[in-house]
Amino acid sequence: MANTDLEAVRWRKTRNLMLTCLTIWVLISFVVNFWASALNSIVIMGFPLGFYMAAQGALIVFVVMLFWFAATQNRIDDQHGASEDL
Amino acid sequence: MALRSETNDFSKTLGRVFAVYTGGFIAFVALVAILERIGVPGPILGYMFVFFTIGIYALIGILSRTMQVSEYYVAGRRVPAFYNGMATAADWMSAASFISMAGTLYALGYDGLAYILGWTGGYVLVAIAVAPYLRKFGAYTVPDFLYARYGGKLASIIGIVVLMSCSFTYVVAQIVGTGLIAQRFLGMDYTVAVYVGLVGILMCSMLGGMRAVTWTQVAQYIILVIAYCLPVVVLSAQKFGLPFPQLTYGWVLQEIAAREDGLVQQGLATAAQLGVNAAGDYGHSVPFVRSDMVNFFGLVLCLMVGTASLPHVLMRYFTTPSVREARMSVAWTLLFVFFLYFTAPSYAAFAKLEVYSNVIGHQVSTLATDPSVGWLFTWGKIGLVKICGVDAVSAKDVLDACAAIPNHTGVIRYADLRLDNDAIVIATPEIAGLPYVVAGLVAAGGLAAALSTADGLLLAIANALSHDIYYKMINANAPTARRLLVARLLLIVVAVAAAWTASFRPADIVNMVAWAFSLAAAGLFPALVLGIWWKRTTGIAAILGMSAGFGVTLLYLIASRYYPVWGVEVLGFSPFMDTVVPGTAAAVVAAAQKVAGFNAQAPEWQAFLAAVAKDPAAAFAVKQGLGLDQLIVAVKALPAPLRDAGLAAANASPAVHSNVGWFMFGSGIRNISAALFGLPAGFLVMVAVSFVTPAPSKELQAFIDEIRKPSGGVMMSERSG
Repeated sequence: MANTDLEAVRWRKTRNLMLTCLTIWVLISFVVNFWASALNSIVIMGFPLGFYMAAQGALIVFVVMLFWFAATQNRIDDQHGASEDL
Repeated sequence: MALRSETNDFSKTLGRVFAVYTGGFIAFVALVAILERIGVPGPILGYMFVFFTIGIYALIGILSRTMQVSEYYVAGRRVPAFYNGMATAADWMSAASFISMAGTLYALGYDGLAYILGWTGGYVLVAIAVAPYLRKFGAYTVPDFLYARYGGKLASIIGIVVLMSCSFTYVVAQIVGTGLIAQRFLGMDYTVAVYVGLVGILMCSMLGGMRAVTWTQVAQYIILVIAYCLPVVVLSAQKFGLPFPQLTYGWVLQEIAAREDGLVQQGLATAAQLGVNAAGDYGHSVPFVRSDMVNFFGLVLCLMVGTASLPHVLMRYFTTPSVREARMSVAWTLLFVFFLYFTAPSYAAFAKLEVYSNVIGHQVSTLATDPSVGWLFTWGKIGLVKICGVDAVSAKDVLDACAAIPNHTGVIRYADLRLDNDAIVIATPEIAGLPYVVAGLVAAGGLAAALSTADGLLLAIANALSHDIYYKMINANAPTARRLLVARLLLIVVAVAAAWTASFRPADIVNMVAWAFSLAAAGLFPALVLGIWWKRTTGIAAILGMSAGFGVTLLYLIASRYYPVWGVEVLGFSPFMDTVVPGTAAAVVAAAQKVAGFNAQAPEWQAFLAAVAKDPAAAFAVKQGLGLDQLIVAVKALPAPLRDAGLAAANASPAVHSNVGWFMFGSGIRNISAALFGLPAGFLVMVAVSFVTPAPSKELQAFIDEIRKPSGGVMMSERSG
C-alpha cells in the first residue's frame, strides 16, 4: 500500500511539474508575443524588445526550462523510488 | 551501476572520436582554403567538399552496420543524451531550415519569427508530455505505441497512414534540396545530383539502420552548424569587431529601420511594401503586418504541436539508455537546434541592411560593373535574384527590363528587387567577401542538413512498413535475418520512390512540407498525449479521434489548395482577400473567351457579365458584395461549354489557391495552419467517444501506470536476435 501512495504522490508532482512547464510555455509562446507591438517601444542594445522576445528571448527560456524540467523530474523520480535501476 | 560506468566510458570514447572528427574537418577546410590560394578552381573545391563529406557519412554508415534487430531499430538503446540531442537536431533541421529559413525571415520580418518560435517551442511539448513516456514503453516506432495502447491493428494502421502522409512529401523535399544545392554550387545536373544524394542516403542508413543514422547525424550536425554560423559570424566581426551576430544584429535592426525611413522619404519604397500596420508603423521589426495575429499564433501552435508529433523526431528518443536520459536528451536537442535558429534572424538582418544600403537606390546602369554588388549577378544567373522582373543574368538584360517599366528613373527601387528565399544564406559568403572555400562549406552544410533529415524520415517510413506492417501484421514468426532483410529492402524501395518523385522537381512538394506539421499535429498528438495522460481514453475513441483530426486537416488542405470551388460550394469556404474574387472572375472570363464559338454578344454572356461586374468596361471590378459563392452560381448559369471552361478556370485560378477557407476570430485561416481545425476536432471526438464507451480494462490501466513510471525497464517484449 505504501508503494501505491508513494507512486500517487510522485504522479501528482509529475503532473504539477508538467502543468507548470505548460503554463510557462503558453506565457512565453503566446501571451508575451501578443504584446509584441507594445514591447517594441522598449529597445535594448538595438533590439526592439517585442522582436527580441520572439527571435531569441523565448528560445532561451525554452532551453533553460527544459534542462530545469529534466533535472527536476529526475529528482522527483529519485525521491519517490521510481528511478531506473542503473 | 555497472551499466552507468559503461555508458560513461562509451561517452568518453565518443567524445574523443567526434573531437578528432571535428578537428579533421577543420583541417580539411584549411586544406581546401590553401588549395584555393594556389589557384585550384572553385568547382573542383566544391566537389572535394561534397565527396569528402558524403564519403565520411558513408564510412560511418558502413562501420555501423549491424545484424541485430534492436541495433537496427533503436541503435541498441545506447545513445547518450548529449549525442542523441545532436543527432536529433540534425534529424530535425532540414534543407529548408538551413537554406530557406533566413530568406523567409528576410521577406517576412517579424512575422517570419512564427517559424523560429514554432520549430523550437515544440520541444517543450516533446519533453514534458510525450517522449520520455514513449521511451519507457520501449517502442520501435510510433505506431507501435498506438498498437499497444489502443488495442491493435486499426489504431496502428491509422497511425501509419498519418506517418506516411507527413513523412513522404517531407523526404522528397529533402532530396529536391540535395539536388538544388549540388546544382547551384557545383553546376551538377539536377537529376544526377538527386541520385548521388540517394546513394549518400542509402549508404548512411541501409546497413546500420538507426545505429548508423545516429552517428552520421551527429557528424552531420557538426558540419551544418559550423557551416551555418561561419559566414554571418565573419560578417558581424567585419562590421562590429564582435564575432557574435546574434548580439550585434540589434544595431543592424536599428540601421535597417533608419534606412527604411530613408527609402520611404526618397520614394524608393512605400510603407505598404515594407509592411505597415494599422497604427502606421512599418518595417522589418513591426509585428503582424504580413500575417495577422490569428494566423501568426495559429502557425506557431501548429508548428509546435506538429513538432511534438512527427514520428521521425519522436523515434530518436527511443534510442537513449534510459527515461531520464531521454528527458535530458530533449533539452540537449533544443540547445543544439537553438544555435542555428537564433542565428537565422541575424542572417536576415545583415542581408537586409546590405540590400537597403548598397542595392536599393543604386543606378541600374552601373550595377553590373560595381564589384560590391557582384553577388546579384552570380546568383541571378541561377535564378535566385530578379531585378525589374528578370533574372539578373547580365547588365543588358537588367537595363532593358528596367527601361521597359513605365516611369522608371533608372534607380533600383524596393519593388524592383526580388530575392529568392534561398538566396540569403547562399549569397552571404560572397556579400562578406569571403573566399570560395566558405561557399563550398555552406554547400556541404546544406547537404548535411538535407541528408540527415532524409535519413531520419526514410527510417521512420521504412520501419513503420517493416516493423508495424510486415512483422506485426503479416509474419510475426519471421526470423531476425528475414526481418532485417525486409527492413532493408523496404528502405531501398521507399528511398528510390522518393528520389524518383524528386527527379521531377515537383514544385508543390516543397509547399506541402509545411502541411506535414498540421497533419502530424491533428492526426497523432491527441492520441499520444491522451493515451499517456488520460487513462479513460478508449481504443475506439482514439481511432475515431485520429481519423477525425487527420480527416478534417487533410480535407481543409486539399480543398483550399486544389478544389477551391468545391470548398466554397460544399464546405462553405470564403475568400481571404479583396483580390480573390476579381482575380477568379478574370480567369473565368479569359477562359470563356477561348471557348470555340464564343460570342461576346450572346445574352447569356451579357447576363453573366452584368451579374459579376459592376461596370463591364472597368474590367472585372466585382459588384459590391458579390462573393465567390455568387460568382460560382453565375458561372453555373452559363451554357455548357462556357460553364465547364469557367468552372475549370475558377478552380485553377492562382488567385483562389490557398486563399479561401474558414474563418476563426475574424481571420481567414491559412491552410498551413489547418490543424487549428483538426486539432480541436481530434481532441473533442476522442474525449466525447471515450465517455460513451466502456473504460479501458484493468490491465490496460496498469499498463498506463507502468508507462508513467520510469523504473522497471522497457515494456515492449521483443525476441532478441
